[in-house]
Amino acid sequence: MLITQLKSKETIVSLVSGKAFIINCQGCKEVSFPEKEAGELQKELVADGKVTGIITTDYICNPKNMMLRLQPYMAEIDAADTILVFSCGVGVQTVAEYFEDKKVCAACDTIELPGYQGVTPLQHDCDQCGECYLNLTGGICPITACSKSLVNGQCGGSKNGKCEVDPNMECGWERIYRRLEKLGRLDLMKCPTQVRNYATDDEVK
Amino acid sequence: MKITELFKQGEFVVSAEVGPPKGINVDHLVEEAKTYLSGITAVNVTDNQSSVMRLGSLATCKVLKDAGLTPIYQLTCRDRNRIALQSDLLSAAMLGIENVLCLTGDHTKMGDHPQAKPVFDLDSVSLLHTIKLLEEGVDLGGNKLVGEPPKFAKGAVVSPCSDSVDAQLAKMERKVAAGAEYFQTQAVYEPEKFIQFMEKAKQFGVPVQLGIVIPKSAGMAKFMNDNVAGIHVPDEMLAELRADKEKTKAGITGIEIAARIIKECKPYCQGVHIMALGWESKVPALLELAGL
Repeated sequence: MLITQLKSKETIVSLVSGKAFIINCQGCKEVSFPEKEAGELQKELVADGKVTGIITTDYICNPKNMMLRLQPYMAEIDAADTILVFSCGVGVQTVAEYFEDKKVCAACDTIELPGYQGVTPLQHDCDQCGECYLNLTGGICPITACSKSLVNGQCGGSKNGKCEVDPNMECGWERIYRRLEKLGRLDLMKCPTQVRNYATDDEVK
Repeated sequence: MKITELFKQGEFVVSAEVGPPKGINVDHLVEEAKTYLSGITAVNVTDNQSSVMRLGSLATCKVLKDAGLTPIYQLTCRDRNRIALQSDLLSAAMLGIENVLCLTGDHTKMGDHPQAKPVFDLDSVSLLHTIKLLEEGVDLGGNKLVGEPPKFAKGAVVSPCSDSVDAQLAKMERKVAAGAEYFQTQAVYEPEKFIQFMEKAKQFGVPVQLGIVIPKSAGMAKFMNDNVAGIHVPDEMLAELRADKEKTKAGITGIEIAARIIKECKPYCQGVHIMALGWESKVPALLELAGL
């Protein structure tokens, strides 16, 4: 099981620059989704005139399924500056990879629970770390795409674009840098120093 | 003595590097350092370099300090979490060690204990940030330190000839923002790439020491080309190392190459950092040939 938990309201509102298209993924029974809270927050965004469209669907982690579901909404997506995704980390990464030129944001943090983790395609992974970094990294997860799970940029261990730990693995931070460059968001490389929080207790979060 | 003071005075700062042994006898290391490295500004002590378990960096720094040298305490995030790192930093300050160099560290898979758990609780950037907090009298958990806070000259590293140099510059900028006051670089064999890098890096306003690894042989150079990130020894240099076997064996060719690189890069940087990798005895000859 895993839980997706909404990021703070201020964070989500700050993510929406201009107008947003909203994707809710409530597909997989292994994920507990904060349906009510997400719905209330989205109503407020709609009332503020910030939303071009909303889709509530399932299994956006499957790229083919995701595209099939999003097809009827392409005009709304084009009209939006941001795609705001309410899903686990795999869903956000799948959307971000498809809409490479668009700002794709994670509205949720994904937290691990014991038990079956569900079925997702293999090209993306979510470590369910509970403090989703995808909004700082162009939708590529630094926790799973970097051998050292670094959150403040590339180490000195990449050669010819590959990670020296695993020559079959592309350097995650080179991918992130290229994606941010493409998005015109290299300013995110200058974000404040990130320090991971390994506390699992909500009270010390 | 903090090496940042010397940068401020406009001095061209020369440092070298020693690696602690895999054992408890440091007589040889101290003797070599005293003989060959006492004329330079400071001596880096590596922290389980290449993820190979060795005598500790902190203890070795203390021994070198007692022998009259200025140690730079290298600190990686691979083997210790934020509690251990902060505790070791306090220990270093208590022992009078004033220079630290913050690194993320090689992955455990690269070393002689590939089964070990890689920690990386912090990384080079968050470690610098943590030191800045300690200097302000607070730890990373937000708790006040008792008494006088530690003060360090905080260094970091960058890889100027990396094939992803823009990502390296972005990381460098983050390190500066987190508190890095000077940089040492990965080994440079392509002066033109280093100079281009420095053109971009000078905007950060922090001193940079050119990294030098004396090329001992064509075999070593080729090994680095195949295996070491951020290093490329050009073909003509490889040919030079192959040309006169006797000269190369005696170390002369390698020293000539290294001295040439230093001379070419000197106008663009604020110091040089020599990683002699066992050839500490050749450092004085190199410095003389480089005109330092």
